[in-house]
Amino acid sequence: MAKAGDKSGGSGKKGLKRKAATEEAQEAAVGEDGTTESGVQPPKTAAFPPGFSISEIKNKQRRHLMFTRWKQQQRKEKLAAKKKLKKEREALGDKAPPKPVPKTIDNQRVYDETIVDPNDEEVAYDEATDEFASYFNRQTSPKILITTSDRPHGRTVRLCEQLCTVIPNSHVYYRRGLALKKIIPQCISRDFTDLIVINEDRKIPNGLILSHLPSGPTAHFKMSSVRLRKEIKRRGKDPTEHIPEIILNNFTTRLGHSIGRMFASLFPHNPQFIGRQVATFHNQRDYIFFRFHRYIFKSEKKVGIQELGPRFTLKLRSLQKGTFDSKYGEYEWVHKPREMDTSRRKFHL
Amino acid sequence: MAAAAAPWNHVWVGTDTGILKGVNLQRKQAANFTASGQPRREEAVSALCWGADGETQILVGCADGTVKHFSTEEGRFQGQRQCPGGEGTFRGLAQVDGTLITCVDSGILRVWPDQDKEASSDPLLELRVGPGVCRMRQDPARPHIVATGGKENALKVWDLQGSEEPLFRAKNVRNDWLDLRVPIWDQDIQFLPESQKLVTCTGYHQVRVYDPASPQRRPVLEATYGEYPLTAMTLTPEGNSVIVGNTHGQLAEIDLRQGRLLGCLKGLAGSVRGLQCHPSKPLLASCGLDRILRIHRIRNPRGLEHKDEPQEPQEPSKVPSEDTETDELWASLEAAAKRKLPDWEQTQGTLQARQRKKKRPGSTSS
Repeated sequence: MAKAGDKSGGSGKKGLKRKAATEEAQEAAVGEDGTTESGVQPPKTAAFPPGFSISEIKNKQRRHLMFTRWKQQQRKEKLAAKKKLKKEREALGDKAPPKPVPKTIDNQRVYDETIVDPNDEEVAYDEATDEFASYFNRQTSPKILITTSDRPHGRTVRLCEQLCTVIPNSHVYYRRGLALKKIIPQCISRDFTDLIVINEDRKIPNGLILSHLPSGPTAHFKMSSVRLRKEIKRRGKDPTEHIPEIILNNFTTRLGHSIGRMFASLFPHNPQFIGRQVATFHNQRDYIFFRFHRYIFKSEKKVGIQELGPRFTLKLRSLQKGTFDSKYGEYEWVHKPREMDTSRRKFHL
Repeated sequence: MAAAAAPWNHVWVGTDTGILKGVNLQRKQAANFTASGQPRREEAVSALCWGADGETQILVGCADGTVKHFSTEEGRFQGQRQCPGGEGTFRGLAQVDGTLITCVDSGILRVWPDQDKEASSDPLLELRVGPGVCRMRQDPARPHIVATGGKENALKVWDLQGSEEPLFRAKNVRNDWLDLRVPIWDQDIQFLPESQKLVTCTGYHQVRVYDPASPQRRPVLEATYGEYPLTAMTLTPEGNSVIVGNTHGQLAEIDLRQGRLLGCLKGLAGSVRGLQCHPSKPLLASCGLDRILRIHRIRNPRGLEHKDEPQEPQEPSKVPSEDTETDELWASLEAAAKRKLPDWEQTQGTLQARQRKKKRPGSTSS
């Protein structure tokens, strides 16, 4: 059979297919076993025996043909349904029912029982007396130590320097092979409130350990998508010495609250904003996106923003009570992939 | 919460903010009880034990050195007493014939006389058990025998009516294959029923069985689990195995006859702070730093039974024995409750049944 399209155009192909269909109907009637009953197939319509599926055709070319034909038919039906719906909406005009909201993974999120109710007093008390209380009560102001894993490469060093400009009152020190457990008491005696360690693997930074110092929790993050300043397109000039604002988005669960507070306690607590810089920690689907912008209000409602500063994504791996002690410390939350990642709609932060 | 709800609580949990919570598993509600009406961090619960007369009273040891009495029938705190002396939090509370035994972190074990709310009397007996105590446990069969153990503080069994010297002092195991001393860190102790044996779990992920009746002072059996410190332990109702939990939230059942791992339980995300098995049913209550109380079914099949949700933030410290005692006491009302309870368990079982997991990945959703 010359299938190379002797007949012209698309209709020709369809004609060919219809012809092929009739032939196949007869062939199918003969060739199928088990699932079909051999009936008399009318020559025009392709009436396949029930229980027949396209995937059972052994011949690849014919199978492909049948499939493409089926797909085209589906598409046509879908288009027709859409058109019909649109016509109905127009016909109804104002009385049309509102458009249905499409389902996304975010709005299909499994209801998490740990989502904090803003009126919950126990949570409020817990937060008022936890390790960050002294920061939120304005008794301590943050002083950060930024360091890396041993022998950092260029990217990591530059990221540290850029983070230093982004976070006020922070100092970068080289690691020089010192043990964290020895660094921490020294930091405490020098009044540091937080310690950031950027871990590096194969010349790119890939992890972040954030430890609140006097006795506070230690969070371990996986860091990805790090973009240094020069890699950001259409960026503004370097950040100035002004203290940035902070935006924390979407930290709804109890664990999210703790992490959000940890991030907030990195920056000085000052509601009188001078300078138009803002650092954003946006949590979506358990990934925390860090961005640093400069904004300007062009009018009441319109804002222009310029991205400055580094950008990276974090994912929480564990939250440990107490300062860094990965072997003997007690963990408040540990990410267990096989147990916690079984559902695509369940998030923990 | 209404006082009438208090008798129906199946599990009692203490929290880091000083609130004692009674959880009713049938109604899946938790009731909060505080001594002073407000949660206070200074009153963080560090030890819980049943008081005298069955299970109608709970003794709550707080971080500020007070022991509070809570009545489950009335649903309120009845009184408190100061138990000063030594530094650190309470590591063990016990009751014997109306006297109260307390042990603090720095190693001072004291026996306080009968409840005199007026007189803050001196302790009847004071023992120094060595610094760095992590747990003091009373033998349920012989109430005047207690065992203590801690970090670099080997297991010692004391008889409070006897001499000042311990009845049994454990010896450290032999040096390891590098000829280095094996460090000691007993985190939890349990007495095995119907024998003199004790089980301890250590911060170096070992589970050890000691037998004071044998001439051997070293452990009779040693098993290891995991790579993280084991923080809590409980005996199963059959008495042949223990369930241990570590700082990563991994729970495992270890058979004491052979030292084998029988299986694990999934679900916890934070360090396990308290574990308690039901005295007769194969249920396990676990709580930890992730602020959720979970009830697991230990066998047929192994799985999560119920999760109590933390609208209240809890960093629970301990779960005392619970369940049937409470049920059986209230016999007249029990007919309805008991019928409901097995059905509820079965439906939960079918919904959430899991494969028996022996450190193999299970395909489940919690």
